[in-house]
Amino acid sequence: MRASLAAILLCVSTAALAVDAGEIKVVQGSAYLERAGERLALKVGMPVREADVVITGANGSVGITFADNSRLSIGPNSNFTIERYVFDSTTYAGQFDGRLNKGTLAGVSGKIVKQSPEAMRVHTPSAIMGVRGTDFAVQVDRR
Amino acid sequence: MAVLAVAALLALALLTGRPVETFVVLPSADGHIGTVVVQRGDSRQVLNQAYATSRLGEAEVTRLSPAEVDRAYGAALHALPGRPASFLLYFITGTDELTEESKIELDKMLTAMRVRPLPDVLVIGHTDTRGEELANDELSAQRAERVKGFLIGIGIPGERIRTSGRGERELLVPTADEVDEPKNRRVEINVR
Repeated sequence: MRASLAAILLCVSTAALAVDAGEIKVVQGSAYLERAGERLALKVGMPVREADVVITGANGSVGITFADNSRLSIGPNSNFTIERYVFDSTTYAGQFDGRLNKGTLAGVSGKIVKQSPEAMRVHTPSAIMGVRGTDFAVQVDRR
Repeated sequence: MAVLAVAALLALALLTGRPVETFVVLPSADGHIGTVVVQRGDSRQVLNQAYATSRLGEAEVTRLSPAEVDRAYGAALHALPGRPASFLLYFITGTDELTEESKIELDKMLTAMRVRPLPDVLVIGHTDTRGEELANDELSAQRAERVKGFLIGIGIPGERIRTSGRGERELLVPTADEVDEPKNRRVEINVR
């Protein structure tokens, strides 16, 4: 009983802490979101958060606009995690870490990197890309 | 030659089971070209030209052709959300009434909302440099909240509107401290 109460309290505090990092703007083909081990259907307007994983099938792609106007899109057969997203809408200080485990990613940096260059990073299995304000694309090809 | 090199890399990836990782800088819609820095262990590559490409296992920065970019990234690029549109609103001093120019801006803003599938709106308040910085943070946040109220009043759902206050950090017209500059007392709206 005590354990379950603690679990409930933990859930509540986690929910209270979960801040929306951005919003799904484009969904095409087969794609879903993994959040806390659950598989969620993606739809336009849905908020995304830290630790969310976007997974696309062979014909799937997903576009996300983040709080700081950064934009990312995930191509087919991909797996992308929002590892960290912190953004102060007054100072524009923040940190954006994404991880492309496989597939393709396209992006346009936003206000975070205007305040601190390279505060937006894309991690891959063997590298880290710091973004200083540009359009970019990344591929992790596991053939 | 480049094709051979890529084929060799792919063969290597097949043999070792390591993925081929590629990073590319793309020109933006307005032609701007920025920079990315790719760090692998101790090696560091700076990409700062259109289509400059860094690929795992290649020491040199290479270049993809636009056709190659389209082949590899076309589907992802096609799903990129539209660029946020930005509008500036000014109010007649001491009132909640928009200036004549801003009424035209408001119309453009509403058009930008109509062409997006499910738009969200970001309202960003700004002040001039009169007063203390903290007080200006507060004032700009209040200004943004007032505009949110105004937008709700013309029918935009409140849950699709977020506000923030930038205080005096982002002057439209650069001035010294403690300068009364009406052009800096503004509200910026991003439609996304």
